Amino acid sequence: MPVKAIVENYKDFNPHRDLPEQYHGNLMVYLYWNKHMSFVAAMAAPLPPPTPFGALPEVAKSVYGTHPDFEKIDWSKVEWTLDGKPITPDFAKTIGEQGVRHKSLIRFTTPGLNGFDGKYV
Amino acid sequence: MAVKKMGLKQKYAHLTRGLDWETTYEKMDDVFPYDKFEGIKITDWSKWEDPFRLTMDSYWKFQAEKERKLYAVIDAFAQNNGQTNISDARYVNVLKLFLTGISPEEYQAHRGFAFTGRHLRGVGPRVACQQQSLDELRHFQTQCHTISHFNKFFNGLSEFRTMHDRVFYLSVPKSFFDDARTSGPFEFMVAIGFAFEYVLTNLLFVPFMSGAAYNGDMSTVTFGFSAQSDESRHMTLGIEVIKFLLEQHPDNLPIVQEWVDKWFWRGFRLLGLVSMMMDYMLPKKVMSWKEAWEIYFVEAGGTLFKDLERYGLKMPKYHEQATEACEHISHQLWGLLYQLSHVAGLHAWMPSDEDMDWLSEKYPNTFDKYYRPRFELWKQQEAEGKRFYFNGLLQLCHTCQLPMTFTEPDDPTTTCFRESEYEGQHFHFCSDGCKDIFDREPEKYISSWLPIQQIFQGNCGGPTVPDVLKWYMFGPNDGAEYVGSEDHKLWESWKNTTTKEAAE
Amino acid sequence: MAQIASITLYQNDEARPVMEAILQDNPTARVLNMPGAVKIDVDDELVINRATVEEKLGSEWDCQQIHMVLISMAGNLDEDDDRITLSWKH
Repeated sequence: MPVKAIVENYKDFNPHRDLPEQYHGNLMVYLYWNKHMSFVAAMAAPLPPPTPFGALPEVAKSVYGTHPDFEKIDWSKVEWTLDGKPITPDFAKTIGEQGVRHKSLIRFTTPGLNGFDGKYV
Repeated sequence: MAVKKMGLKQKYAHLTRGLDWETTYEKMDDVFPYDKFEGIKITDWSKWEDPFRLTMDSYWKFQAEKERKLYAVIDAFAQNNGQTNISDARYVNVLKLFLTGISPEEYQAHRGFAFTGRHLRGVGPRVACQQQSLDELRHFQTQCHTISHFNKFFNGLSEFRTMHDRVFYLSVPKSFFDDARTSGPFEFMVAIGFAFEYVLTNLLFVPFMSGAAYNGDMSTVTFGFSAQSDESRHMTLGIEVIKFLLEQHPDNLPIVQEWVDKWFWRGFRLLGLVSMMMDYMLPKKVMSWKEAWEIYFVEAGGTLFKDLERYGLKMPKYHEQATEACEHISHQLWGLLYQLSHVAGLHAWMPSDEDMDWLSEKYPNTFDKYYRPRFELWKQQEAEGKRFYFNGLLQLCHTCQLPMTFTEPDDPTTTCFRESEYEGQHFHFCSDGCKDIFDREPEKYISSWLPIQQIFQGNCGGPTVPDVLKWYMFGPNDGAEYVGSEDHKLWESWKNTTTKEAAE
Repeated sequence: MAQIASITLYQNDEARPVMEAILQDNPTARVLNMPGAVKIDVDDELVINRATVEEKLGSEWDCQQIHMVLISMAGNLDEDDDRITLSWKH
């Protein structure tokens, strides 16, 4: 439903404040570790599209590395979703090539690692 | 001949309706250009009633008396060094959140009601809006004056105006009022007057001010209850606007229902900050957030909406989700502040063992199962000298602007992610309620100023965390862990002095 | 189930005669004491009579003086020179 406004050209006064071209060539990417609820939210990182997918564990480490489970992660067994769909990423290829867009949400599950004390924390 | 004193109803009629007129050399539609575009149909403005029948002369008289009383207490508090008699210096963080997050919204409400009062063509609501506008300005001023005394001793209070406009978590209240103030006058009245003041404000002021009373903060109790006495009038205006709109024309119902749904959810998200204050930040606790929600929403709100059924108005959409979430939100949000306090303008801390037992008792279904284990992990990390902080930026909900920290309604171990596409772009939301609000008016929310996005775009002082914190105007000792902070050391020095003097 | 009409007043000397008047004139009234505030609930309708408040206070009282001690309320309000009513009746 369109917004009700007092002017016809409402959109002229109300520009997008969150377009890819406003990010100096980076994609804003969200990275989320399933079942580790002690982290407040998905982390956000500005990444250029040529970033190899294989760099994501290092990106994740900057935030999630404080968790006792992190060093136990076997990255070859990690299950990934991109914007809700399961993917099997090629670590050597770039995130841009593998469909990561501005404000994409990448979630990863680490089988067997269910948080502190196994309590999804 | 003795002049007979006018009765209340007669006086109200003379001092409102009697002062209004129809314009003749300008069209009424040109004088009041804003009160039709929202689609609200008004057939008879004279049907508006203020049940308090408060006229401007009485208004000035009562407000002056309230002010005299309030400032006498503030003076007494300062003269007697009341700050040394609060329960614990942790309590001051409640005031920091209040002054940076709520007081500027009082000012926004002042501006909003001034505009609304000017642009409604009925004289009844115009007088009521004028009074509310002045009240809100008074609240802003009295809050600044009261809390300025604490600013002489504690960190985190001095730059509250700038902080409100820039700091990431303060965009939650700011965007709430920005949204209301950029709506039409009727939506503003329903948003602030009804959804916020009538349905939700009790949850902000009553338990919070009782909390201040219980924690020895006499000055804050006094400004709080002084403000709350105005709030009762605002509630009356809020309920009056709903009844008036629904009685005027049946076409108004679907519009009003959408506004009630939207603003209930936005208000619920905003008040999450209060849940955290009640359950975690008050050293001496009054009641739990869940108990307050039971009294003021489930019971009082239920009664209210039952009464409004006669107009066809339903309980706000997702109210069941909100009630269910009451078992969780205070814990989730304190966890948020705990791990983000190093980039905040206030302190956080680990709840004591007694606090955790209180939480177990108040939240038997959720605390021990889902939230105590988080604190246990963090406690272990503290003991190892690795106090846990979230070392990065994070994902925000595009509507409420809170970090995406809330969980699925039926699964507290899964974060709730909702998404929309608009003009080829992704937008993320923390809940069905926030997604619906965006989907209803995407043209409006594409312009939202999201703090994390703005940092990445380079609009917040620079690329590094210290750059951003400097731009937020945080002092070096404003945030992070309470234990060991300057506030903590100051408090300990006061307590030690008292003990020593008492011993001598 | 009864709908609850409710008023919350300051916990102080100025409010006490009002509270006493409410308890006298509304036999089903229930009191919730909080630090600094007192909440009084009555089924369906809560009435404050000026005459009763004046009797408790021992001097004149204007219904609008309720604004000096009021914190919150629930119910449809009606106020005139002699009484304040909060009610869910129609």
